Amino acid sequence: MAVIEVEPLLTRLTGDEKHAPSAYSTLDVLWVLYDRVLRVDPDRPDDPDRDRFLLSKGHGPAAYYAVLAARGFFPPDWLDDLAGADSPLGHHPDRLRVPGVEISSGSLGHGLGLGVGTALGLRAQGRLAPRVYVLLGDAELDEGSNHEAIAYAGATGLDTVTALVIDNQSASHGWPGGIASRFTVHGWTAVTVDGRDHDAIAAGLAQAREGAPHVVVARVEQKGI
Amino acid sequence: MREAFVDTMSRLIEEDPRTALVLADISAAAFEPVALKHPDRVRNVGIREQLMIGVAGGLALTGLRPVAHSYATFLIDRAYEQIKLDLAHQGVGAVLVSVGASYDGSTAGYTHMSPMDVQLIDTLPGWTVHVPGHSGEVAPLLAAAMPHDDPVYLRLSTQVNDIAYADAHLLRPVRHGSRALVVAVGPMLAPVLEATRGLDVTVAYTHTPRPFDTTGLRALAGSGNVALVEPYLAGTSAHVVSEALSDRAHRLLSLGVGRVDLHAYGTPADHARRHGLDPTGLRAALTTWL
Repeated sequence: MAVIEVEPLLTRLTGDEKHAPSAYSTLDVLWVLYDRVLRVDPDRPDDPDRDRFLLSKGHGPAAYYAVLAARGFFPPDWLDDLAGADSPLGHHPDRLRVPGVEISSGSLGHGLGLGVGTALGLRAQGRLAPRVYVLLGDAELDEGSNHEAIAYAGATGLDTVTALVIDNQSASHGWPGGIASRFTVHGWTAVTVDGRDHDAIAAGLAQAREGAPHVVVARVEQKGI
Repeated sequence: MREAFVDTMSRLIEEDPRTALVLADISAAAFEPVALKHPDRVRNVGIREQLMIGVAGGLALTGLRPVAHSYATFLIDRAYEQIKLDLAHQGVGAVLVSVGASYDGSTAGYTHMSPMDVQLIDTLPGWTVHVPGHSGEVAPLLAAAMPHDDPVYLRLSTQVNDIAYADAHLLRPVRHGSRALVVAVGPMLAPVLEATRGLDVTVAYTHTPRPFDTTGLRALAGSGNVALVEPYLAGTSAHVVSEALSDRAHRLLSLGVGRVDLHAYGTPADHARRHGLDPTGLRAALTTWL
């Protein structure tokens, strides 16, 4: 799969997409995850030992849908009726309707808690290989629920969790001191990368270490510019 | 009831590797022995109730059967959106077990009261709600909730009846009469029995208001007069009764906790009196209505 395969699919989707900037902001990170990192198989979407990818920032899932279609989780024809009355693809994804979608999201601040629980559940069942990746937005970090999860995952050294924060500088009051520091103060390892540089994203993800959860802050162009 | 929950829950964790418990500090000390033995399946996330439900949802997504526990006001009121979205909307369930029902925490004031918890849960589809009236009902209700994956709310109280009825999933008549059916939910049975002494009414008890036994209701409500006495917000089950009896003339009296922030302390008995849920208040309301 090459990213050039995804872009035409993404274009098909944009007709009624209300969150196009947020959709495009995630494209390269999603691409790297599904092309190089995630151990997922569209033929075995319920494999208990698969990696989990949780799109917490459910807004703007166009890029997510395009990547899933490109990877074969559902037919590309589905992309032509985004949010239609009979379409399984809405402006916020539904795990009960879209193969490969791990959580239904849209309301912000839910994915990281679900991700922590997923990681704990896998560990409790002796499944130590799967990693849990949770993608958030910088504005989404305003939701206090995220900080409950950040603090607990850090305190317990939940090292199978990796958060990815797409930073398009859309948080109303910004993050003085930087986003990464919000995680590192609770014991996470953190790296900030260019969110359009595929090699940098992959290298950032690879820096996860035993004993601590990891966050990759992926900076992209500012929303609206 | 809380002790029965701790004992039963600890046993279930020992017996079933699918069982997990998530706490937010409340009752953590009571569960410490089993937490030390099964640290992967007994998790205290600290005073983080939103996370507690999110974690429960994540555990369920991996196939475990999570139980989350705290005071009702923190477990239900504070974490309502997580209950809505992190459980059933994901296609998974959990067992939520609360303490501090309605005005059990009367000396703590309104910050520690949740008379609206059942009504909040009732806004969501598919939930079973158990409101035991005796500690002896807790263990069988909790054990029965564990083998499946559906959402269950188990509401524990310090207010109790004299007798446990394990078989009260449906409306269980405990007194027979002809002028009206009085439905007593959970710990309302004891004051209702005292309040209706000498009255020509049927009293039926249930510890499971959801799903409500509408078949039993129709069979017992031949007089057309139905009084609901619930230990949470008055009228919580009124819509169920109205729908079940929509094809026949009927009168409905809904008694329960009033929609008022009393800004008052005192004992649970004081609050029951203020809400008209003590035997004297109940008898006055019922006889006036009859």
